[in-house]
Amino acid sequence: MSDSVHTVRVQIPYHLRNLARVEGEFALEVSEPVTIRAVLDALEARYPMLCGTIREHDTLKRRAFLRFFACEEDLSHESPDTLLPDAIASGREPFLIIGAIAGGC
Amino acid sequence: MSKVRVLVGTRKGAFILSSDGKRDNWDVSGPFFAGWEIYHMKGSPVNPERVYVSQTSGWFGQLFQASDDGGKTWYQPGVKTENAGAPQWPPVKSNRFVYDASNETGKPLTTHQWYDGTQHPWEFKRVWHVEPSLTDPNTVYAGVEDAAIFRSTDGGANWSEMPGLRGHGTGPQWQPGAGGMCLHTIILDPKNPDRIFIAISAAGAFRTDDGGKTWKPINKGLRSQFIPDQDAEVGHCVHHVAMNPDRPNTLFMQKHWDVMRSDDAGDNWTEISGNLPTDFGFVIDVNSNEPETVYVVPIKSDSEHFPLDGKLRVYRSKSGGNEWEELAKGLPEKDCYVNVLRDAMAVDKLDKCGVYFGTTGGQVYVSPDGGDNWKAIVHDLPAVLSVEVQTIP
Repeated sequence: MSDSVHTVRVQIPYHLRNLARVEGEFALEVSEPVTIRAVLDALEARYPMLCGTIREHDTLKRRAFLRFFACEEDLSHESPDTLLPDAIASGREPFLIIGAIAGGC
Repeated sequence: MSKVRVLVGTRKGAFILSSDGKRDNWDVSGPFFAGWEIYHMKGSPVNPERVYVSQTSGWFGQLFQASDDGGKTWYQPGVKTENAGAPQWPPVKSNRFVYDASNETGKPLTTHQWYDGTQHPWEFKRVWHVEPSLTDPNTVYAGVEDAAIFRSTDGGANWSEMPGLRGHGTGPQWQPGAGGMCLHTIILDPKNPDRIFIAISAAGAFRTDDGGKTWKPINKGLRSQFIPDQDAEVGHCVHHVAMNPDRPNTLFMQKHWDVMRSDDAGDNWTEISGNLPTDFGFVIDVNSNEPETVYVVPIKSDSEHFPLDGKLRVYRSKSGGNEWEELAKGLPEKDCYVNVLRDAMAVDKLDKCGVYFGTTGGQVYVSPDGGDNWKAIVHDLPAVLSVEVQTIP
């Protein structure tokens, strides 16, 4: 593997795992720079059925009730071009996409 | 012997109820898409094995699903199911509902009236209703919130707005009902392929006679007490519209309050509430064999969305309205405080017309004899959002 490609561990919510037909955590190959956008691009390229479910089509805006966490930090309001911590880029920690705990019926 | 397949969308998944023509013994399958809101599902009249589904979530937005085997297996149009885990490109667009604001084909993305009277930009929220073409199994229409109509000609893989409706000059006067500004009814005219009827809460009913390029409001005769101008062209809270395909110029409407009919394709409406105990409600449908036999489920009021006196009742008119009879046999006699939502009634096409409806309490009722006798097929589903029925030869 080239030095410019990183293996990033990713966790996504239950319903999206069902949609993508994956179980538990999985790994993605992400080219440098390892940003939120780069991880989501790689995720949608690998699992196109998730397009539009995490960020909106065209605008690529994060869906309101989904949050992005890395190394116990909430990055949801950071720029998509924010560099992710080394622990994410090196695969020591997973990048978490989490459904907001928002009650409902 | 013919079979029937009842497609039930609920707050927490989809279910399919199947029976033979007697409609006495039922098989129940599901939940499909467990945990997701299924606003509507409907089969193609051309190919009944093709079924389309609107699947939504407050977290993950809109998805669109289809089946080519009558609901045994499902796929997202555009996803290569043979190797779903492998990298694929281009991205799936079966859930891409983007208003067409292009200079070439679209209409400017304008505003509509918000609850407080201010103007609010159009924002896509979900698909309320899917309507497969009467002639092509790969063509399907979608009615969405905020109100607009989309069309796919490739089995749901790609969607294009028909922007003439949203771009109608009255758009800034449209406003959301309590459930949102949804386009909830799409009726395709079986005798005129260029004619489509739609209805929006709370804008009213519209019709195109040129395949969707232009639309006209068809609300003349509707009276809504909350509208200062009683002759307003738009602003009426139409809950549902129904047609018997043999008589496409005759339409029946359950408005917020008032049950209405039109015999000139919506150009003029007259009230037919007659002796109904209350004319508030959501559903309305027409017997498939008797075009003057109409069904409604009266709901107490717009403040109390449940049946009168805790008794669930269907009312039937065999005279096209005004004279209504109470249908009670097999329905709850007391302590019933459910609602029946606007897309949750359907009729089959068998000789003795079957009538079906679902409740927010999770029951789906069937009458195999045009309303005389009722029976619950299921009692304990999640809240039912929609009911459609396929009659399969």
